[in-house]
Amino acid sequence: MPALSTGPAVGFEQVGKRYGDAPPAVDDVSLTIAAGSFVALVGTSGSGKSTLLKTINRLVIPDAGRVMLDDKDVAAGPAPALRRSIGYVFQDVGLFPHLTVAENVALPLKLAGAPDHTRALAMLDLVELPHVLATRMPAELSGGQRQRVGVARALVTRPGLLLMDEPFGALDPVTRESLAGAVRRLHDELRLTTIMVTHDMAEALLLATRVLVMAAGRVVSDATPAALLAGEGGDVAQALVAVPRDQARRLAALAG
Amino acid sequence: MSDALARVPALAAQHLLLAMAALALALLVGAPVAIRAARAPRLAAVVLGAASLVQTIPSLALLALFYPVLLWIGHGVPALGFLPALLALTLYALLPIVRNLVTGLRGLDPAVREAAAGIGMTRAQTLRLVELPLVLPIAMAGVRTAAVWTIGAATLSTTVGQPSLGDLIFAGLQTQAWTLVIAGCGGAATLALAVDALLGWAERAAGQRRWRRVGTALGLLAAATLAASAPLWASGRDRTIVIGAKNFSEQYILARLIGAQLERAGYRVSYRDGLGSAVAFGAVAGGEIDVYVDYAGTIWGAELHRTDTPPRAVQVRAIADWARRTHGVTLLGTLGFENAYAFAMRGADARARGIATLQDLVPAAPNLRFGADLEFLDRPEWAAIQRAYPLRFAAATPYSPTFMYRALASGRADVISAFSSDGRIAAERLTILADPRRAIPGYDAILLLSPAHRDDAKFAAALRPLIGRIPVEAMREANYRVDRDGDKQSPEAAARWLARRIGL
Repeated sequence: MPALSTGPAVGFEQVGKRYGDAPPAVDDVSLTIAAGSFVALVGTSGSGKSTLLKTINRLVIPDAGRVMLDDKDVAAGPAPALRRSIGYVFQDVGLFPHLTVAENVALPLKLAGAPDHTRALAMLDLVELPHVLATRMPAELSGGQRQRVGVARALVTRPGLLLMDEPFGALDPVTRESLAGAVRRLHDELRLTTIMVTHDMAEALLLATRVLVMAAGRVVSDATPAALLAGEGGDVAQALVAVPRDQARRLAALAG
Repeated sequence: MSDALARVPALAAQHLLLAMAALALALLVGAPVAIRAARAPRLAAVVLGAASLVQTIPSLALLALFYPVLLWIGHGVPALGFLPALLALTLYALLPIVRNLVTGLRGLDPAVREAAAGIGMTRAQTLRLVELPLVLPIAMAGVRTAAVWTIGAATLSTTVGQPSLGDLIFAGLQTQAWTLVIAGCGGAATLALAVDALLGWAERAAGQRRWRRVGTALGLLAAATLAASAPLWASGRDRTIVIGAKNFSEQYILARLIGAQLERAGYRVSYRDGLGSAVAFGAVAGGEIDVYVDYAGTIWGAELHRTDTPPRAVQVRAIADWARRTHGVTLLGTLGFENAYAFAMRGADARARGIATLQDLVPAAPNLRFGADLEFLDRPEWAAIQRAYPLRFAAATPYSPTFMYRALASGRADVISAFSSDGRIAAERLTILADPRRAIPGYDAILLLSPAHRDDAKFAAALRPLIGRIPVEAMREANYRVDRDGDKQSPEAAARWLARRIGL
């Protein structure tokens, strides 16, 4: 495999999105995500984190502002071409039930006009799935296996940017832990820029290099995991950090 | 009957071709509409509403309605035969195809669509690679329903002059030849089951992703349809003469008599049986049929819209002149007998009530039940009779001709609108009521030729021996051979008998 380039930097410039008369889902967000970073977007339901993520691959079109990949506006050029250059994983996985595992993984290559079965199998190795699964249908897989296939499909075209929307939300804790580890490893090996939406602060703290906390459409905290654990980042962020910290303390007390 | 049963394969082929063409057209039209509609709920409501509305129209009426529409379009668009049948059946097949496709597309998991967009599929790719494969099973179920409906409804295409297995059913019902009815129904049912089985096979194979097997099943269906169309392109140049017949025994017999006469003169002939009375003249004027027998009074009322009743010879001359002038149709001559509407009663009953004329019937009518043929109550002749004789029956019920005689015999009806050339009048000792006010026009049987044979001396010469040749007694006897309950003959056999009887 040729050397992989580092993923792009992502810039939000005064991005806003409003649905009807409701309060804005995303309200005037401006920030830059450095190339190669692993950013977690954390917040409660309805905080606007998913909406903000989807403005990057244009599944959501902002009403105001623009989103940049390096120095290119994502709105320039056709949306399908943009999305083919970005890996996207979401909670419902969205594997195509009428295609085998291998066909699902290879589909983005087919769309790009370069079908490559060998590459699809190599992707299964990458997400630590045995080759015997290649000919299975998605319905025959476990939830964790399905999500791994989803990650393989997202990365098959060698994108520099990986977007994940609650990728581990529907998984049991053990599966979740092992898959999170795999994603972090892939992020490092492939030198990706990764943005992950999650409502689980513990997951964000353990995986990400930078944690953005959203509330009511705004970014209310922007800090490293270490800073958050040191009590920085403001009240909203600290309230979220308090939950896993409290749980850890109680577990330790039980053991002691 | 065996000569009639020999027609099953050819009619089944025509039947299959028509039904599959309608199904293909419905798919071609319905699929894009359904795909648009699945994305636009408003459009879906309109489309599904319209398709459901079509279903509420009886298929027989739907077929018949295309005749005036196509006639109105004109410009050489054929108003009879394949085209109206195809259009009506296509409309019929649309509902299950569109409804299932819309339902299927709407029921897809949104996550699948988001995934398709997320990996950079265009709308067309999403449709082709994801949506259509996923709705295939439910869409195929709709296609199978449509196929079975279409094959069933195609039996009705006989009435607009498109040959189908319905020819056997209509002819059989008319002449009470039940083997024909069973052959027609059985043939249509077999076709429907076979097509459904093939489509079902393709559907299951698609579910198991066995594409070669899908291809085999659909290929077989396509090959069968193609084979069914073979006679059409084989006989392209050597044009056959098409002889029309309305849907009663006398018409079938006369059509065969004309056919035999033409074959002797070296023509190849085919028959277009079971034409509705209203479309027959249009068919000869439009050239869909080459020749048929009609009745002076029918044309007089329905086409010339005349209500007066001149002497028969004057009436026939006026029709001949009108037909040539306005439609280029040639009235070659009269066959020599009349098939007039004639009110008939059971002989004993008429004597007991002292009824001999329509005038006598007026005071008795409120206590009597009237049985008419299917179209009589809507015909101008009935209006003319009512103007001359204020008849108010206790009840008036339309029957198909055979059942009308049965109704009279069984006492379910007391008076019927019989036909003067009907063999059953003498055989069942019926009394024909006189028409002292001459309200009913003349009904001479007349031979009408399409515009293509306007100056066709050879064609006219082949048919001229029939002119003035058939006395009403001979026609009654021939009709009775087909219509009687026991020892029935086929129209072909009765036509052979008639030819010998009149010395042809």
